[in-house]
Amino acid sequence: MARAVSPRRMILTTLAAWTVALIIFFPVLWMILTSFKTEASAVASPPELLGASWTLENYVEVWARSDYPRFFWNSVVIAVGSTLLGLVIAIPSAWAMAFVPGKRTKDLLMWMLSTKMMPAVAVMVPIYLLFLQFGLLDTRIGLVLVLMLMNLPILIWMLYTYFKEIPAEILEAARMDGASLWNEILYVLTPMAIPGIASTMLLNIILAWNEAFWTIVLTTTKAAPLSAFIASFSAPQGLFYAKLSAASAMAILPILILGWFSQKQLVRGLTFGAVK
Amino acid sequence: MGKIQLTKVRKSFGEVDVIPGIDLTIEDGEFVVFVGPSGCGKSTLLRLIAGLEDTTSGVIDIDGKDATNLPPAKRGLAMVFQSYALYPHMTVRKNIAFPLKMAGMDQAEQDKRVARAASVLNLSSYLDRRPGQLSGGQRQRVAIGRAIVREPAAFLFDEPLSNLDAALRVGMRQEISELHQTLKTTMVYVTHDQVEAMTMADKIVVLNAGRIEQVGSPLTLYHEPRNKFVAGFIGSPRMNFIDGAEAAKHGAHTIGIRPEHITVGDGPWEGVVGLSEHLGSDSFIKVEVPGLGTLNVRGPGELGVHHGDRVKLAPAGKIHRFDAEGLAI
Repeated sequence: MARAVSPRRMILTTLAAWTVALIIFFPVLWMILTSFKTEASAVASPPELLGASWTLENYVEVWARSDYPRFFWNSVVIAVGSTLLGLVIAIPSAWAMAFVPGKRTKDLLMWMLSTKMMPAVAVMVPIYLLFLQFGLLDTRIGLVLVLMLMNLPILIWMLYTYFKEIPAEILEAARMDGASLWNEILYVLTPMAIPGIASTMLLNIILAWNEAFWTIVLTTTKAAPLSAFIASFSAPQGLFYAKLSAASAMAILPILILGWFSQKQLVRGLTFGAVK
Repeated sequence: MGKIQLTKVRKSFGEVDVIPGIDLTIEDGEFVVFVGPSGCGKSTLLRLIAGLEDTTSGVIDIDGKDATNLPPAKRGLAMVFQSYALYPHMTVRKNIAFPLKMAGMDQAEQDKRVARAASVLNLSSYLDRRPGQLSGGQRQRVAIGRAIVREPAAFLFDEPLSNLDAALRVGMRQEISELHQTLKTTMVYVTHDQVEAMTMADKIVVLNAGRIEQVGSPLTLYHEPRNKFVAGFIGSPRMNFIDGAEAAKHGAHTIGIRPEHITVGDGPWEGVVGLSEHLGSDSFIKVEVPGLGTLNVRGPGELGVHHGDRVKLAPAGKIHRFDAEGLAI
């Protein structure tokens, strides 16, 4: 029998869920509302939730003052490029760790994860010098490489978890059926792990899209993505909150749309394996 | 051709010797069943033949060629797994055709072979379904279909029926036996179910703790077990073992009597009936006899004996004699 839930309890739970969701969403909401205010209204004290007059002026000005399409395209190339390159390395790595583990596989996985705990700024100087040496500064390929490396531990961990859910007997059957290692990964493992691979891919695109530290440090104009585009609106002569908000809204909109349409996939992917 | 020869094949996992060293010949066209209690190494032995596990030492010859270090695909064998191991994202047709596709066979020949296998296994109307839409028995047929299209030198079955319900199991058992009659290809079959072993095998290999206890035809094992282990493992209900004075009368350390070789009525042994099972065709009773222990007795269906009755029993038939080491005398 299903567990009975009293209507009172259901209302309270719903209210609590909405409250938490609104608190989490509030900064984004504030940013979007601010992007439609005038600069004066944006910095008014006490703060106004809804401005006195609404305007699209900020968007018009941001669009006119910068080359949005170029930033956008750089973001797409860097986020998608680093994700695809990462998958090419992570799928075989996760396959090896999941299906032919060695004595040190667990240690290796933990070590990879531990690199994510290191502050990025700790390796900023060596990476900057390397980029300088190899002429990678302000190039898209440079950012693709560095973001791929930054997110590779997460890619491998997620894929490893999904692959562990696939019965080894199915891969053995493929081996008996004459599949080479490559065919086994291509025809059997990958199609079976598609939901997991898709959500890993989405998460990685989002992470790469939102990356601000490396994109700001390693680019100036040519390869700068949308995160650097936002930063370019926080000028030394003062903050223009309304324009900054408009730029931020324009930067997050594409990834917000992608996230919205793929949320089912993301949730399924992130809870994959939680229940049999 | 599908002759498989194992010479001093050994397998250890770290410090543990799972198979301490086995010599065995499986003749071309034979139906050989590996049987034994769980953990006896029967599945490991099958996986060694398949190439899914590496041997620690020893030689595996298939068709007279050393296959010890060949990868699974190059051994010319096909395997049916306990969990069926079908590819869930492919249709039945694609599942069956997969080994042919891997072999680079042209599409027309693939279609022909898939159609033939599907008609043999009554799968023709399910070819466009996915494994998730099939029943357990149908899935097992797809797994067999995937094995037969390759026309392998030998089939390896790893407890293929243990996920099926009892009725289906009997049906599939017969289908596999019929398949063997038709194809006349070597089959190596692993099971812990001795009824499967007795009904299907040309030759049974009884394994215990990674060692071969006896190899022989089902009836040889039944009538002439080489030791107590085989005597106790083959036959259901289990053989009765009696030690002490009663055994000494027959010049043995232990004697073994099959349940059907004890008659109820008159005789030297007297006891009280414990469990009594009446199957219609047969009756199985357990009788507690002071000094001998509990004896399994198999009688005719109309044996009118029930729980709590006092009965007299007599040995009537072959008495197996074993020495102190458990070897048959």
